[in-house]
Amino acid sequence: MSMMNIFNVSGSAASAQSQRLNVVASNLANADTVAGPDGQAYKARQVTFQTELMGATANDAASAGVRVSTISEDQTPGRRIHDPKHPAADADGYVTYSNVNAVEEMVNMISASRSYQNNVDVMNTAKSLLLKTLQMGQ
Amino acid sequence: MLNRLTDSLDFQAQALSLRSERQRLIASNIANADTPGYVARDINFAQALREATGSGSPAAVLRASAPGHIGGSGAGGHSVSTLNFAAPSQTNLDRNTVDMDRERASFADNSVKYEATLRFINANVRTTLSAITGQQ
Repeated sequence: MSMMNIFNVSGSAASAQSQRLNVVASNLANADTVAGPDGQAYKARQVTFQTELMGATANDAASAGVRVSTISEDQTPGRRIHDPKHPAADADGYVTYSNVNAVEEMVNMISASRSYQNNVDVMNTAKSLLLKTLQMGQ
Repeated sequence: MLNRLTDSLDFQAQALSLRSERQRLIASNIANADTPGYVARDINFAQALREATGSGSPAAVLRASAPGHIGGSGAGGHSVSTLNFAAPSQTNLDRNTVDMDRERASFADNSVKYEATLRFINANVRTTLSAITGQQ
């Protein structure tokens, strides 16, 4: 039943995409946070995907799932805005915000949700085909 | 007599197993649409089916080493030799060669053909059954 593996493959991809969506959500939520007491503002995070072979045997290259290999932090400096009256302003009167780019995050979000939908479609098709296979010969 | 009864069924069974293998391959391609460096793969269905049914060059043939053994062509061992790389239509900066439009199209195409093969098998079984029961 090699089709049963489709659920593993598409399921792993859907889970990886939902993790990506989760990271996008925390980036967007922190888009306007300022530097905390330690002087470090929130840094935008990015997930990196990696292929994961999930066939029955080690050299079965046909079913390739996905997993999140790393979540890396964007190291570009945060936005600095001159606002001396802000309670978080430094000695020069600058406030450091997080380095989240809201436009990039929105694009990332749409891409993640499209990929998620694709994988759900694949699982639905595989399910209906398997159900029809189970009725074979009747 | 009995093997002639199931010969045409065997062919469809091989086709069905190859279709499900291809379905799995396309699902992997769709799953890895955002993985950097992933190379999309596909099988040449006609060639794989020819190999699987033994009318081309058979990949593996079961050997009968004792008089009681039943001969047969190696079913199931046909996936690795026929894996091809799909040619990328548009290059990507992260070296991913999955073309989502093409993958979705082949997925739909493959699932329709899978269903068609299923219907062939069902019709075959029904024909055989009605031949067995005869006109009553």
